[in-house]
Amino acid sequence: MKSSRLLFGYALAYLAFLYVPVLVLPLFSLNNSAFIAFPLAGFTTRWYAGLADSALQHALVNSLKVGIATALISTLLGLTAARAVTRYRLRGANAALGVISLPLFIPDIVLGISLLLLLGTLGLPLSLASVVLGHLLICVPFSLTVLIARFEGFDRNLEEASADLGEDGWMTFWRVTLPLMLPGIVASLLLTFITSFDEFLVAYFLSGTEATLPVYIWSQLRFPARLPMVLALGTLILAVSVVLVIFAEKLRNQGVKKPVVGA
Amino acid sequence: MADSGRNLRQGYALLSPTLGVVGLALAAPMALLLLTSLKTQTGTGFESGWTLAQYGEVLGRDSYRILFARSLAIAGLVTLLTVALAYPMAYFVAFHTRRKFLWLIVLTIPFWTSYLLRVFAWKIILGYGGVINSGLLGLGLIGEPLSFLLYNPFSVVVTLAHAWAAFAILPIYVSLEKIDRSLLEAASDLGDGALRRFARITLPLSMPGVIGAAILIFVPTTGDFVTPELVGGPAGAMIANIIEVQFSQVGNWPLGAALALVSMLMVAVIAGLFVAAARAAAKAIR
Repeated sequence: MKSSRLLFGYALAYLAFLYVPVLVLPLFSLNNSAFIAFPLAGFTTRWYAGLADSALQHALVNSLKVGIATALISTLLGLTAARAVTRYRLRGANAALGVISLPLFIPDIVLGISLLLLLGTLGLPLSLASVVLGHLLICVPFSLTVLIARFEGFDRNLEEASADLGEDGWMTFWRVTLPLMLPGIVASLLLTFITSFDEFLVAYFLSGTEATLPVYIWSQLRFPARLPMVLALGTLILAVSVVLVIFAEKLRNQGVKKPVVGA
Repeated sequence: MADSGRNLRQGYALLSPTLGVVGLALAAPMALLLLTSLKTQTGTGFESGWTLAQYGEVLGRDSYRILFARSLAIAGLVTLLTVALAYPMAYFVAFHTRRKFLWLIVLTIPFWTSYLLRVFAWKIILGYGGVINSGLLGLGLIGEPLSFLLYNPFSVVVTLAHAWAAFAILPIYVSLEKIDRSLLEAASDLGDGALRRFARITLPLSMPGVIGAAILIFVPTTGDFVTPELVGGPAGAMIANIIEVQFSQVGNWPLGAALALVSMLMVAVIAGLFVAAARAAAKAIR
């Protein structure tokens, strides 16, 4: 068991590497000094008062809108495509999957500027909708990967049994297919929402005057006087996420019984 | 399973919206990017003729060549470092713990705040008046702040390796977790030692996760301008910094388009070669 203890030691060191830089955010967001340096200058919550900023709240609402729209559309597009390639034997299915996964191999900045060129050529204004379009390119491959994995572990006999027992196609979808797909759908929604919510490069080029939260944060990083407030914002995002994760985990444990089949 | 014609039509109908949206949203902008790169900027518009002048500029100027080489070197190093550091961690969770889910949550919590702020945290830590320097000064260990910590390729590599760690841990963990444990027992029963067993069973079978992680990290880090801008300084500038400038301040869109296309092609070629090489290596070991 020597190797096991060695690995455990490594795991602890690795956790320190992951956590120490991030803990700088809460530490200095509560520090009573505009300068971010040691020694600490006492406790304050005054930087959190700076979060009552209307531009920040507008950016937050924008990010929520973009994130929710991206997550819903991306998961829907992922669902239909994943269903098509796992349920039917389509000629050219692999080529189609290749095309849909292509954005994974393109740096985000290139996606951003090429869409900027497209909107400029078509004479369309930059807006939150253009950000959603860019985020869809990034997120659909993620949705597709998650959902194909789920469909592949899917027992088609269950759908046939449902049809044999007299359910029509719609009821079979509603009572058999959808419940079995639900964990995959939830995973896809979460993954794409988080990706979109935190995406900066594409939003930077496509958001125009409607800043998303990362674009707003980027604009604030230039002003040293705003830094403690930005750290407070980062701390708050972290805290809310942790609470959400714990809440989701509680739900997962006590909520719906795990499906016995099709896992 | 013989699908009838009607079934196939259903299948294509299900597939086509996704393919259409992604295909169009990719093809049209890429075509425009190519067309733009063949133009010349005049004031706020383009000259009417077509030219390869931008590519001459992109491939001919030493300063661009240095930026391309540095971007690829930094992204390659970040990929290698991130995957190498994450592998033992993922291995530990997959094979040596009972409470896997708890470990995965603990490992991903640091990534639940803004990417920009995770990068910015390193500027605070490594800066001239930053956490490390002010801490060491306060302890009396150094007489004046260390200036070599920030604004160089090294600080870019460390920051990116930290910011992208989750993209290595999760895919590698998933592929390790999928390995059939009876294969490992069989290797031991047939006399393989722990190291040999790892090299011949575990490592090759976890290659899909390693390859996936490498692509997920290499492609976006090559095109990142946030990290070099915040912690890179002039010595750590990357190609995306120059592309961004062309599309905002200086405003030479054709040059920016050519730079973007060339870097995209380089990334695609390197990623493709890497995937092919890694697959061949995994096969060769087995």
